[in-house]
Amino acid sequence: MSEKMTNSCKGTANVQLMQGNEACAMGAIKAGASFFGGYPITPSTEIAEYIAREFPKLGRYFMQMEDEIASIGAMIGASMVGHKAFTATSGPGFSLMQELIGYAAVAEVPLVIINVMRFGPSTGLPTMPQSGDIMQARWGTHGDHSIIALSPSSVTEAYYMTIDAFNLAEKYRTPVVLLMDEKVGHLREGFDISNDPEPEIFDRVSAHEGKYVPFANTESGVPPFVALGQGERYHFTGLTHNEAGFYTSDAGKVSEFMQRICGKIEDHVDEIAQFELDAMDDAEIVIMAYGAVARSAHETVESLRNAGHKVGLLRLKTIWPFHTDKVRELCAGKKLVAMPEMNMGQLAVMAKAALGDMPFLPINQVDGRLIKPETIEKAILDKLAEMGGDR
Amino acid sequence: MEAVYEKYFRGNLPHIWCPGCGNGIVMSAIARALDKLGYPQDDVLFISGIGCSSRMSGYMDLNTVHTAHGRALAFATGAKVCEPRLHVFVLMGDGDAAAIGGNHFIHACRRNIDMTAIVINNSIYGMTGGQFSPLTPTGKKATTAPYGSIDRAFNLVELSRGAGATYVARADVYHAALLTNLIVEAAQHKGFSVVEAVSTCPISFGRYNDMPEPADMMMWLRDNTITVAQAAKLTDEEAADKIIIGKHFETEAVEYGEEMARLLASAKEAE
Amino acid sequence: MKYEVRFSGTGGQGIIRCAVLLAEAALYDGYHAAQSQVYGPESRGGSSQGEVVIKDSAIYYPKVVCPDVLLCLSQEAYNKYAADIVPGGILIVDEHFVQRTGIEAESVKVYELPIVVTAQDRLQNEMSANVVALGAIVGLTEIVSDEAIERALANNFKAKVLPGNLEAYRVGVELARAAK
Repeated sequence: MSEKMTNSCKGTANVQLMQGNEACAMGAIKAGASFFGGYPITPSTEIAEYIAREFPKLGRYFMQMEDEIASIGAMIGASMVGHKAFTATSGPGFSLMQELIGYAAVAEVPLVIINVMRFGPSTGLPTMPQSGDIMQARWGTHGDHSIIALSPSSVTEAYYMTIDAFNLAEKYRTPVVLLMDEKVGHLREGFDISNDPEPEIFDRVSAHEGKYVPFANTESGVPPFVALGQGERYHFTGLTHNEAGFYTSDAGKVSEFMQRICGKIEDHVDEIAQFELDAMDDAEIVIMAYGAVARSAHETVESLRNAGHKVGLLRLKTIWPFHTDKVRELCAGKKLVAMPEMNMGQLAVMAKAALGDMPFLPINQVDGRLIKPETIEKAILDKLAEMGGDR
Repeated sequence: MEAVYEKYFRGNLPHIWCPGCGNGIVMSAIARALDKLGYPQDDVLFISGIGCSSRMSGYMDLNTVHTAHGRALAFATGAKVCEPRLHVFVLMGDGDAAAIGGNHFIHACRRNIDMTAIVINNSIYGMTGGQFSPLTPTGKKATTAPYGSIDRAFNLVELSRGAGATYVARADVYHAALLTNLIVEAAQHKGFSVVEAVSTCPISFGRYNDMPEPADMMMWLRDNTITVAQAAKLTDEEAADKIIIGKHFETEAVEYGEEMARLLASAKEAE
Repeated sequence: MKYEVRFSGTGGQGIIRCAVLLAEAALYDGYHAAQSQVYGPESRGGSSQGEVVIKDSAIYYPKVVCPDVLLCLSQEAYNKYAADIVPGGILIVDEHFVQRTGIEAESVKVYELPIVVTAQDRLQNEMSANVVALGAIVGLTEIVSDEAIERALANNFKAKVLPGNLEAYRVGVELARAAK
């Protein structure tokens, strides 16, 4: 697993130099994506370009839309008639998509949105990194809902995690966001999947017993999905709806509906949330990180270990749902948990809630640069000194 | 005629429309048109936006999608590209199509994708209680234009034509048979077709503009509509305040879905 | 072993392509490689920087910290990056475009080469200056093999322009060897 964080293919015969964005596009193709609706935006455009070139050869549909709102609208339409739909965007475009992310969540339409995160807010620094959309991915659309978001740390992982994103979208009938740091999206490194096992591809379940109930309250919370136009004439709406798909304001039905669409994700957090642990067994100090910053953090772990400190890395591959219990369990009894982020402390809010009174050190850098390993190291050593530990 | 209605309606009444609303007339025209067209219900995709009229998708027994405000055409585009065999109808209101969805509207026209957009124009935002829209005639009153609207209005026919739609027609709820026939023609046209259905909203438009009763609005339509043929004999000034009904425009152009199929075939061949 | 190379110049000079080629060649030679870049909004003009980390073990932090080799094809690039070179490292500048001001460490080995002029005059193709520069870097450092570079060139250029780029690479290597 650990190898996925970097290029695992030194000197192999089939090694290629691959960019994170390209790996995402390849992953989408592998996952069976057959509709892309997008609008050009730095630093995600290579994905659209790759798909525009490759999709027609595969008989799949690439559309450049008039804006990001149209892009996600078209994706939802495509998904409703049975296609795996995705887009690639970045901050400003992701902002425009928020309204319909809520629609997809409430109408339970599988979608994948690749957000190659750039420096914001607003136009910000289009070619520079910031993990600034962590909370937007969770709460960007209005109203209560749940969401799945993943963050890759390497080019190889961008490929596999894109496949995971599609699988999760199909399995849970929900929009899934791939939060990829610009530093990963534009990174090129070795890529060779030729000896890897074939990844599992999950397609939405349409099988059902008896009369089709499009929004049935099933045991898993996920109703079967029969594509529109396949003989089951039913109704999609963004209004709060009953099991048949029609508007309801009945308090009991509304409450049941909300519990189901949130619960189908939150109740499966054990299944959904993925972690990578490195040197955690004897660690007294934990660095919790995700995305590109986890790479820096890994070097910090090595360097502090060499200096005699027992440091481990807890890498969050899944951002949302945030597995509060698991994070608490993994960090229990540790001397310090440090959390470097390329933002002002967005996911640190969740970490802090999970850790309670445990010593916690958010390390935040928002200057358009990837946090350096030395920066993390210095912050941890300073904190240890302050806490009265040896250094 | 009863049989036609029942077949196409889900029967999940009551509907939300006010007495005197023109939406029901448009819905019946669509049902009659579908009957004339003979499309199996399973092969029709009926997509609507947000507003009073867009609730229609919930009432019709078709494959239906009630989308978000202004976004119906975006949804429809993705669905039609992926499933070209479906007959796609997109129902929008005037604010829905021409204001918040204006960008999607002109780009759907430009792509000339094979679907029929029906825009119910009641000159007002009805569901929110009577605010002026881009199709509210200048000078008419609304809750957000208590002194009369100072905005210029779009002419949806000209907007559609200018943006590249290949079939453009307008009818009104007083001339329901014409509306039915134009919807049939629009659906049979290969390419992006627009039918503007001028409608009545006595509660939120008529009330502020000296037509408080349903019959007042119907008489307004009766007295202010002229056909395309009649309009041709008038000067622009003479026709300025008239609602010109009938088929305004039809032409042939490359249809998006066919181009997509051609692109996919040639890309596959080049492989 | 870890080796850091930074390529800098003006947008449109093929700086990033140059970095891509080196990273790819390093992979072919059995190293780990990570290539990244910083660029402005301009497709042409503006400053451009591409970098490569080459290592015999896994690369985590993928950015160059202190380059072992720095290439500068513009004055702006020199001003911005020359001070970062590791002591004893290598600085290659285009002699016609860069006026050195001594901001690099004294122990840095400096090569002032006619990279762009060579591409213009000898190869009749200014566009190949980046590959000439790549040749110069490999000629001076021998960080990757000629075979690996040739494979990377073949993978990146269409058949029609490949011979010109192979020639540009060889000319770059010669320039370096003459200056050594």
